[in-house]
Amino acid sequence: MAKSLPGIAAIFEDEYKVVEAARKSRDLGMTKFDAISPYPIHGMEEACGIKRSVIPYITFGAALVGLGVGLFITWYTSVVDWPINVGGKPLFSLPAFIPIMFELTVLFAALSSVAALFYYTGMPRINPPVIDPDLTSHKFAIFVPENETGYDVQKLESFYKGLGATEVKKVAEY
Amino acid sequence: MMKRNQLILGDKNLKDITDDICAPVETVPGKGWVALFLSAKGLLIFYLFVLGMVMANGMGLLGVNHPNAWGTMIVTFVFWIGIGHAGTLISAILFLFRQKWRTSVARTAEAMTVFAVMTAGLFPLLHTGRPWLDFWLFPYPNQRGPLWVNFRSPLLWDVFAVSTYATVSIVFWYIGLVPDFATIADRAKNKIRKTVYGALSLGWRGTAKNWSHYEMLYLILAGLSTPLVLSVHTIVSFDFAVAGLPGWHTTIFPPYFVAGAIFSGFAMVVTLMTFVRIGFPQFKDYITIDHMEVMNKIIMTTGLMVGYAYASEFFIAWYSGNPYERYVFMNRAGLPGTSGDYAWSYWMMVTCNVLIPQIFWMKWARRSIPMMFIVSIFVNIGMWFERFVITITSLHNDFLPSNWGNYAWSIWDAGVLIGSFGMFLTLFLLYLRLFPAISIAEIKPVLPVGRDDHKGGH
Repeated sequence: MAKSLPGIAAIFEDEYKVVEAARKSRDLGMTKFDAISPYPIHGMEEACGIKRSVIPYITFGAALVGLGVGLFITWYTSVVDWPINVGGKPLFSLPAFIPIMFELTVLFAALSSVAALFYYTGMPRINPPVIDPDLTSHKFAIFVPENETGYDVQKLESFYKGLGATEVKKVAEY
Repeated sequence: MMKRNQLILGDKNLKDITDDICAPVETVPGKGWVALFLSAKGLLIFYLFVLGMVMANGMGLLGVNHPNAWGTMIVTFVFWIGIGHAGTLISAILFLFRQKWRTSVARTAEAMTVFAVMTAGLFPLLHTGRPWLDFWLFPYPNQRGPLWVNFRSPLLWDVFAVSTYATVSIVFWYIGLVPDFATIADRAKNKIRKTVYGALSLGWRGTAKNWSHYEMLYLILAGLSTPLVLSVHTIVSFDFAVAGLPGWHTTIFPPYFVAGAIFSGFAMVVTLMTFVRIGFPQFKDYITIDHMEVMNKIIMTTGLMVGYAYASEFFIAWYSGNPYERYVFMNRAGLPGTSGDYAWSYWMMVTCNVLIPQIFWMKWARRSIPMMFIVSIFVNIGMWFERFVITITSLHNDFLPSNWGNYAWSIWDAGVLIGSFGMFLTLFLLYLRLFPAISIAEIKPVLPVGRDDHKGGH
């Protein structure tokens, strides 16, 4: 999770312009910038050079844990701690435990995936910095933090203006 | 190539969408909403009174007796749980199939799911007769000896299935709402609204990295919800199918129950959406007649599946040669030589679920709001009767004629059934005013579908 840093933000009003700007920023060798949009944009991950999310691995791990917990709890209670002989049927009756194991697999996987999202996005967070309130409605932005390679306010401002930014402004922290 | 119809009518831009969808949250409710809300709330208070009476006096207040140990509460539980399934089908399964039309109705259908599951969840808890001891349903170390729940019982599978389903659907729904809460908070002029929705949005910022994780999570939750929703009604059907009772003990139950659940759920979505379109006219551009038509096609398809299941049960009863099984089904339909006490409910179910939806073969009926509203109400009624037929006709005449008896329907049964709508509608009406009823962040990317003016990229 990145720390908040000051930097500059370029505001765009069209989706295709911000994707183009992200792609050009990356061509320039920048790696720490981020794009902000009101909805997920098709092709933006590739334009920004974002790697595939690691959440699926966490989901898979948590699913296995859930499956194991389901198996353990049914086995321990029915075989070890409280064995009941029902007409000589086996104590470890696996088919009857499958529904429990399945439900716990899904429960663990789903809740852990959400926890992973919270971890990677820094949520929940009180009072996140807002660059422009319209960025969750109909505007788009590229934010460049000051520790970016080749950070130069003047140069970046004219660079983004040239790519169609309607406004380039300094941001105290984001 | 066939040209697709526009998913969203009225040539809107991004800002119009935000404005339209946020409007119900940001304006003072009109008289219509207040009238509906007060009626629903009145019904909810009546419901609380009925449930209080049932809890204080015991289950004997309802019509359950010997041999009909399961009655209105279980029937209505299955009814509401079934309704919930359409929401997950729309939000998860249609998402995996990349059905873009789902975006307009997904949020409200998911809300319906959450509220239907909440309404349903109360019934089995109260039906235990001593709801203050319901924590015994969960396995936890205790001092009653090493005394554990019976993991081989379908009723306990149901506890796990329904509580997992409720948890995962609430989480899925909430994750979908997070970016929209951020939108409302950013737009808010009013300090309280800004604080409340800001807190609800969990500090969402919408950076490309965040969206990347978010979309992955959404896909995963959709992928997890899909087998989950199928498992829930399968396990509900195990409550019946694992018992040895003729009329219950059949292998067709899981697919039959799931198809019926989707059928009834879509009918409820259509019922609610016709009201949403009347209450919020600006939503007509998002929830178009095309959307309603697709849902009506699903209603007809699943209605045929349910009809096939009814026929198949009869065929198997005859083909099995089991006299008890044969009797139960002949008795259901009221054929000669049986008591036929509940034949009226069976034929009501067949009429509502199989015959009436056939009108959707005609395109005008699929696209007519009054017609689809009427059909959806009949389907809701028919699906309640389906569960009534399954539960009561199987229980009331089992193996021994000396053990036969009819369900003693009382006014409290009616109170429980009608009152449950008060709980559901109160929650639903509050939702329409407090949460964005269409997903703002999901609808924007499908805006270009069917439009000619593609700009720039893509």
